[in-house]
Amino acid sequence: MTAPGSFRRLRALCRKETRQILRDPSSNLVAFVLPVVMLFIFGYGINLDSAALSLGLVLEDAGPEARHFAASLHGSPSFAVQTARTRAEIAEALTEGRVRGFVVVPVEFSEKLKQPGAAAPLLVVADGSEPNTARFVENYVAAAWNGWMLQRAAKRGETPPPAIGIEPRFWFNPAAESRNFLIPGSITIIMTVIGALLTSLVVAREWERGTMEALLASPVTRAELLLSKLLPYYALGIVSLFLCVGVAVFLMRVPFRGSLLGLWGIGSLFLAGSLGLGLLLSTVLRNQFNAAQAALNAAFLPAVMLSGFLFEIRSMPPVIQAVTYVIPARYFVTAMQTLFQAGQVWPVLLSSGAFLAAAGGLFIGLTALKTRRHLE
Amino acid sequence: MTMWPRILTLIVKELEMLLQDRQSRMILIVPVLLQLAVFPFAATLEVKNNTLAVYNEDFGRESAEVMQRFSRAQAFTRLLALHSEADVRRAIDRQEALIVLRFPPDFSRDVVAGRSPAIQAILDGRRSNSGQIALGYVQQILNAYTRERLPPPFPPAPSTLGVRHWFNPNLEYTWHILPCLIAIITSVNALIVTALSVAREREQGTLDQLLVSPLTPRMIMTGKIIPAVLVAVVQGTIILLGAVLAYRVPFEGSLPLLYGSMICYSLALAGVGLLIASVCATQQQAFLGVFSFLMPAILLSGYATPVDNMPVWLQSLDWANPMLHFIVIVKGVFLKNIGFAASLRNLVPLLIIAIATLGAADWLYRRRFAFRAP
Amino acid sequence: MSDALVTLDRVRKVFPGSTKPALEGVSAALRPARITGVVGPDGAGKTTLIRLMAGLLAPTSGTLGVNGRDPVRDAGFLRGFIGYMPQRFGLYEDLSVRENLELHADLRGLAGEERGAAFRRLLEFTGLAPFAARLAGRLSGGMKQKLGLACALLGRPRLLLLDEPSVGVDPVSRRELWSMMGELAARGLTVVWSTSYLDEAERCAEVLLMNDGRLMFSGSPADLTAPMRDRTLQLRRLAGNRRRVLARVLRRPEVMDGVIQGHAVRLVLRPGAARPGLEELDAGGQAELVPVAPRFEDAFIEALGGGPGGESVLAQRLRPVRGDHDTVVEAVALTKRFGGFTAADDVHFAVKRGEIFGLLGPNGAGKSTTFRMMCGLLAPTSGTARVMGIDLKTSPSEARQRLGYMAQTFSLYGNLTVAQNLKFFSGAYGLRGARQRSAMAEMTEVFRLQPFLGTAAGALPLGFKQRLALACAVMHEPALLFLDEPTSGVDPVTRREFWTHINGVVDKGVTVMVTTHFMDEAEYCDRIALVFRGKIIAAGSPDQLKEQTASPENPDPSMEDAFMALVQQHASEFPP
Repeated sequence: MTAPGSFRRLRALCRKETRQILRDPSSNLVAFVLPVVMLFIFGYGINLDSAALSLGLVLEDAGPEARHFAASLHGSPSFAVQTARTRAEIAEALTEGRVRGFVVVPVEFSEKLKQPGAAAPLLVVADGSEPNTARFVENYVAAAWNGWMLQRAAKRGETPPPAIGIEPRFWFNPAAESRNFLIPGSITIIMTVIGALLTSLVVAREWERGTMEALLASPVTRAELLLSKLLPYYALGIVSLFLCVGVAVFLMRVPFRGSLLGLWGIGSLFLAGSLGLGLLLSTVLRNQFNAAQAALNAAFLPAVMLSGFLFEIRSMPPVIQAVTYVIPARYFVTAMQTLFQAGQVWPVLLSSGAFLAAAGGLFIGLTALKTRRHLE
Repeated sequence: MTMWPRILTLIVKELEMLLQDRQSRMILIVPVLLQLAVFPFAATLEVKNNTLAVYNEDFGRESAEVMQRFSRAQAFTRLLALHSEADVRRAIDRQEALIVLRFPPDFSRDVVAGRSPAIQAILDGRRSNSGQIALGYVQQILNAYTRERLPPPFPPAPSTLGVRHWFNPNLEYTWHILPCLIAIITSVNALIVTALSVAREREQGTLDQLLVSPLTPRMIMTGKIIPAVLVAVVQGTIILLGAVLAYRVPFEGSLPLLYGSMICYSLALAGVGLLIASVCATQQQAFLGVFSFLMPAILLSGYATPVDNMPVWLQSLDWANPMLHFIVIVKGVFLKNIGFAASLRNLVPLLIIAIATLGAADWLYRRRFAFRAP
Repeated sequence: MSDALVTLDRVRKVFPGSTKPALEGVSAALRPARITGVVGPDGAGKTTLIRLMAGLLAPTSGTLGVNGRDPVRDAGFLRGFIGYMPQRFGLYEDLSVRENLELHADLRGLAGEERGAAFRRLLEFTGLAPFAARLAGRLSGGMKQKLGLACALLGRPRLLLLDEPSVGVDPVSRRELWSMMGELAARGLTVVWSTSYLDEAERCAEVLLMNDGRLMFSGSPADLTAPMRDRTLQLRRLAGNRRRVLARVLRRPEVMDGVIQGHAVRLVLRPGAARPGLEELDAGGQAELVPVAPRFEDAFIEALGGGPGGESVLAQRLRPVRGDHDTVVEAVALTKRFGGFTAADDVHFAVKRGEIFGLLGPNGAGKSTTFRMMCGLLAPTSGTARVMGIDLKTSPSEARQRLGYMAQTFSLYGNLTVAQNLKFFSGAYGLRGARQRSAMAEMTEVFRLQPFLGTAAGALPLGFKQRLALACAVMHEPALLFLDEPTSGVDPVTRREFWTHINGVVDKGVTVMVTTHFMDEAEYCDRIALVFRGKIIAAGSPDQLKEQTASPENPDPSMEDAFMALVQQHASEFPP
């Protein structure tokens, strides 16, 4: 087989594939509509920052000191404070989930404050059934309480006891907005699903419709067949990736500090892996339904659970951490978060890129092995 | 009409289809066990085993002591010593550390002198949530340190803040995840059993076979709904047992309430599944339909991130998400021992969703089922 | 055999995971420049054989040679030599006619002037030139077949392999394809054509007759039918019930096989047997036995060991149906439109109790649409479909309880066992307890399903799948049976067995409505409606339709001749 003949065949197959993509509403749906819809759901639905936690307050003591403390809670932007008369009332609200926690200023609060040497007790109760929020309730109340004590001491001309303060600086994300890292992470998940889902259907479809037989009986080679499935879907995936990034940057206002070239490079390596995974499943299973189901299980769930996009990998048990090393989404999450927020950090991009390239090579290589030039 | 024996025949057939061969039985059970084994460990927002980097410009004893305390904390198993500004930049850029603490040159002197020095904490904005949690730990360690150092004559703090975490005193993440898993995992199969099995009957022509028989569309629907409920209840029970026996999550509440709401929930899901099936001609489409429903339903259910954090318009939309309501009930029954009255806030919406979806499916099926385009 | 283009030597093929060989000990030699038919029922191994020749499969043992080369090892060379059209034609339905051709031309390295010339030649040859821009999915079955052929012919192959090219194609297009192939073979092309239509085999220069993975005969069809000469007769001008006459004919020891042909009965004698006496057949005083030409199918039946006999065990177990409606099924001005397309146009007919009524027509003509409206599976756009006096649109379960339905493609639960299927369908029709058990036991015995009770229905051999489907349709003793292409793809012996059952239950008063595109099945019907382009273009008994089209050139037309003539007449009167 001469090279020009091979090139002509490849071009013909790619053209055929492109025509099919353009005429098939479902691949357009999967490539363009689904990503944007998913991005909006992720972008608005997944948010770790509590705008204003609903916090209950029981003022059993109505003295000026107690009211002063209450004012510091009311003044905090972290809380939407609801006042209740009794502990029982607010306990019910906590059980029903109407408040995330509550603060009790006990009857003896003002009394104890006046007694030298006695400590006036305050109680904060948080709803532990949502541990992350509970932690925020605890931290925010503690911060408000500290602030109140400092203010009080200053007013009374006392020197506060020495304390070691912390001046936090969130690099790349000064306001510590979780959407700034969650949205780039979501793009990873979306691209994983889209890439694997699109290609999981294409080879299986040729088998189901009987067109694969006609192709196999022609002089097409294995490499041509494989490339003709990869190239058009790669183009589709890249367009879809840039679409997602565009929506994230221009509509959702997430800062992007990397270069488009870097995005293209990392995106291409990642797509090689996720398209490769889909193709592999499609080639092995030869059945659109099973392949789509397997693609979702092999791509979506690990990407959500084990990529580190939401759940901290280092906090997982070692066995599960070990598993994450073979999940391409893990590297793409890191690379995307870096590209969006930190910009061109070459060591991160290069090491992620290397892993992604290896994953892509693995899946495409396996697909090539499993692609047969004959039936069976 | 002898209705119930025929419905029973339909149910038996459906269960036989589900349990017929090894592969189908595996598909029902293995993912449940796998997810039960992996998710509670993986899905955690806690900060453990992380790396804390320290750039110490101070050479005193006090800073060394503070660092000692950090290394004993569960949150940080690795301590990384940095020696320059460039090191700091590198450690953050390359995500070698979650947090870098920078001790100023006169830190120890200030501490000894009873002044209040400040440490700079540099955090990775790409992991700001973990960073904030880690920062809380750091602050606690520092507070404990300064309190212990206070010389006895120093007056004690005028006030104390007692912290209680109700329903989950140690803020165990698994206590939150496992009740959520009951809702998530059962939903997958309840939808598959309804949406995909109807699509499969349509694709394989067996639906025609049913429609020319004396079975009415309502019997056929019931024959799909009841197996879905059965599957959901069995899978829910497996996770319930796993949660209580293997993960030792305390079960405080009432079993009848849990199972009652589980049945409501699976009815709502069966309705959704039948609605998806009614617009799909093939299993392929039904599958995409199930995915398009499940993905937002799971993500917006409050399992990954709290519902309170969503914008108000999305929260109102989310009212129609059965998973949201069921998760609140399961967690309530599991951890808070809520009673029937307290559960009504979520049980009523669940019932409304079930009635709406099943009613819509019934309306559609009586028309479309019998007379549809080939 | 030195001039053979394709040689097969003790070829055996066992698929992984299966113990039964798909092909066993097949040896043959195919000569160039002629049409060789690979003939046999579904599952006989035809497709496997063609795929082996195309180099798409490797034999488990034995050797194959195409032009002296090994099709798998020398695949690179042979790809240019072989043109291959898979089942369902292997077309991209979302590409246009021209785009499909362009793809295959590029794949075969056709460039420059040769390419344009090939397109012109093939488009003209297949008559597809006016449709070059149409999507392949929008073509009719016959046009798809021609496009598939054109794609396979690009690059001028010397061996053309066609796998079931006539499935889903109407008889008119089938005849056109035959004449095209004849032309190509005359110009030196070697054609291998697989088919389950035995009548097509007669037109081949040579046939390979396959059954159950084995080669039963190879040679010219005339050689196979020669021993049948003087053994094929038609019993004409018979009086009384022809179904009972057939049953009596088949009971005679000297008769090997018999079928109904309109108002006559065609029979085949055993080798060396004398003709049966007319009085013994009790076919009326006017009856006469006339010698007729032997057919390929006769020889095939003999190769399989003779017909199945004429007794229906099923019918013996049925209670006679007593009906109060003389007209059981009635269509009044039935019309169905899908968008702008009229699938059924003002269809009228009425079927009386105890009658076999057939809807005959090519695929896509509208017979399935009409059929589905009659069973209540499809709502008519206008008009009414009444079954036992009830409009099924209002679908009372009581009416459905009295009908049985057997779908065109196997549509029982494939992953349930035979026993589970029987149990489910009897339960769905309200049988319970002892009645259910006895009905299941009877069906198991009648259809000889005992060895398969624990087998998944989807894994049954085709003939048994059809038996199970019929069992599920009749176990509640319906008064009316709807059968949609009940015997497509099964071997002729199984087909006869089916018709024996159908004839038997009709004798008990059951009404049967059947769709078919097999001409010999149409012959069994009491009345036929010929459906074409959504309309009933002719209706009557098989003999009436044949008489309608008798002409001086063809005084005794076959059912297919009648069909062709009526379709062509209609097409010329009402151009589309």
